[in-house]
Amino acid sequence: MADIVLDKVTKRYPDGALAVREVDVEIADGEFIILVGPSGCGKSTTLNMIAGLEDITSGELRIGGERMNDRAPKDRDIAMVFQSYALYPHMTVRENMAFPLRLAKLDKQTVNRKVEEAARILDLTQHLDRRPANLSGGQRQRVAMGRAIVRSPKAFLMDEPLSNLDAKLRVQMRTEVSRLQKNLGTTTVYVTHDQTEAMTLGDRVVVLRGGEVQQVGAPQFLYEHPANLFVAGFIGSPAMNFLPARVEGDRLHTELGELPLTDRVRRLLEQAEAPRDVIMGVRPEHFEDAALVEEHARAGGAVYRGQVDVLESMGSDKYAYFSLGGERASSAQLEELAADAGVTDLPSGGGQLVTRLSAASQAREGERVEVWFDPDQVQLFDPNSGRNLTYQGG
Amino acid sequence: MAVIGGAETPARKAKWALLDVVVVVYALVPVLWIVSLSFKTKGTITDGNFVPREWTLDNYQEIFTTTEFVRALVNSIGIALIATLIAVVLGTMAAYAVARLDFPGKRALIGVSLLIAMFPQVSLVSPLFDIERALGLFDTWPGLILPYITFALPLAIYTLSAFFREIPWELEKAAKMDGATPAQAFLKVIAPLAAPGVFTTAILVFIFAWNDFLFAISLTSTERARTVPAALSFFTGASQFEDPTGTISAAAVVITIPIIVFVLFFQRRIVAGLTSGAVKG
Ligand SMILES: Nc1ncnc2c1ncn2[C@@H]1O[C@H](COP(=O)(O)OP(=O)(O)OP(=O)(O)O)[C@@H](O)[C@H]1O
Ligand SMILES: [Mg+2]
Repeated sequence: MADIVLDKVTKRYPDGALAVREVDVEIADGEFIILVGPSGCGKSTTLNMIAGLEDITSGELRIGGERMNDRAPKDRDIAMVFQSYALYPHMTVRENMAFPLRLAKLDKQTVNRKVEEAARILDLTQHLDRRPANLSGGQRQRVAMGRAIVRSPKAFLMDEPLSNLDAKLRVQMRTEVSRLQKNLGTTTVYVTHDQTEAMTLGDRVVVLRGGEVQQVGAPQFLYEHPANLFVAGFIGSPAMNFLPARVEGDRLHTELGELPLTDRVRRLLEQAEAPRDVIMGVRPEHFEDAALVEEHARAGGAVYRGQVDVLESMGSDKYAYFSLGGERASSAQLEELAADAGVTDLPSGGGQLVTRLSAASQAREGERVEVWFDPDQVQLFDPNSGRNLTYQGG
Repeated sequence: MAVIGGAETPARKAKWALLDVVVVVYALVPVLWIVSLSFKTKGTITDGNFVPREWTLDNYQEIFTTTEFVRALVNSIGIALIATLIAVVLGTMAAYAVARLDFPGKRALIGVSLLIAMFPQVSLVSPLFDIERALGLFDTWPGLILPYITFALPLAIYTLSAFFREIPWELEKAAKMDGATPAQAFLKVIAPLAAPGVFTTAILVFIFAWNDFLFAISLTSTERARTVPAALSFFTGASQFEDPTGTISAAAVVITIPIIVFVLFFQRRIVAGLTSGAVKG
């Protein structure tokens, strides 16, 4: 076990593509850290540099205090789980898991003992003599995990290890990975596309965009205090609503009506020397059906009245979608997010508002309804730089 | 509605059966004819009967009592095996490099090897003859092994690199992460997966070397290195005026046996789809 330090690590591919730029992250011993970001943002590249499968162009990588830049992968004592699992098809499950131990020249008994122990932990005992081709996706995934844990390496690296599983299995394996990591206490770097995995698995999350770190922090912190539009839009599902807004004195003009600026927000805006035109972000879960909010609580909040476009009932909650007239918030960072999401989420024309209401809400599709929200939950962003103007660092 | 492949009607089956029979007969009649001839006695050899009226093993006895044939057989087996081994080992390494690495001159290498494969061998015989005379390679095993390797390598590289390209690269990365040196990763993970390709290539190269007549006849002059195809053309009967058809037939049958053995032996190892299950498919 060891800590991993990336010190201004940069990767430029031979064809000139700058994949990772000056990444500074300190990963503590035993920490579970998630690298997350849209496709092509350099997650795999970063992971491969830690693994030693890619050279580091500049900067330094230290594992357990030792400089690793020029060490071969086999001398770094870290294990990796690949997205494709990369099981050796000509070996049985047992041989697959024993492979790293045999290379380390352990004696037969120790190898057997360790393999069987790992198989027991991962519930693979009855499959030990089968070949990967005859296993289900979930079992293959577990074999890949087994091959990583048998040799008790200093760290685990995982590159989207669950993305090939179907949704249900993915949820199940997610808890299993989390439990395994807690029990073993091994430093883990986990790459994912999926923001739910990022939120649920990690001690800390590193959000990458175009090869640069956007923000590092605990999942809940990133959710509550995103440093910029990109992080705000990436973390959370469904995504945060973004609307153009204008600061006028102590009020905010928005598509949702005129909102009062709370003292806290006003002070932060002053400190940040905010422009007058901003982008307002509100999370869907910060809305509630106004009819369900008690009278005395309503006083401090704002109310938006609109016609429900689409209503999705999830059983525990209801999602009400409204279309807003006027402009959609525009910013380079938001466009990037939309491109990554495949744009399908975005309606053409004006903006859209997604709200999460209690299951008890009587809202119906096509009917007008009042939704209530707390203006103090609103986050304001600079449309040009994307910076969160209401950011409260921790 | 027409379905691709069609239904299994009796008429359809009969059509295919007929077609199969035609193909098999067409391919096997000359072979069976040779086998038949090899078992005929000297008196009945020209009777034109497909099934020998009198069976005899004389022809076989005769070829194995002459040193000429036995010696040629040893030469053939030795030369073909050595050439196959070297060509496959070199071909494997070259094909791996071609499939996996980007190195300067890769295109040139592929181009040149294609060129060698396409070059008419007959136009090289005279220069090779002179070169080998000068180098003292004429009428020796290396004198045949070297040209065989040269002409088999392009074929070997082509076949093998196709196999290497099929192997997921991540397996090699995984092996490295598991603590393997590049050599170990190649030997323990990549090579076993490329095995079907290696055996296929080995069969092709062996057959090429085994069947070669042109080099064998031009680059040898005595029993020292003469292989069976060349030796066959020097066969004579017991006396100068005797027709050697029977013995030639027997020798022809004998030299097909190693090929059949070689193919059957390696074919078992060519297990299709060995790489399935490496990655989620
Ligand atoms: N071998 C390579 N040569 C040149 N450029 C590369 C190479 N590998 C990756 N890149 C580039 O580097 C950038 C980062 O790639 P990387 O594979 O790290 O992305 P990623 O975040 O893992 O994406 P994904 O989520 O799709 O796996 C991309 O723009 C990609 O085009
Ligand atoms: Mg990737």
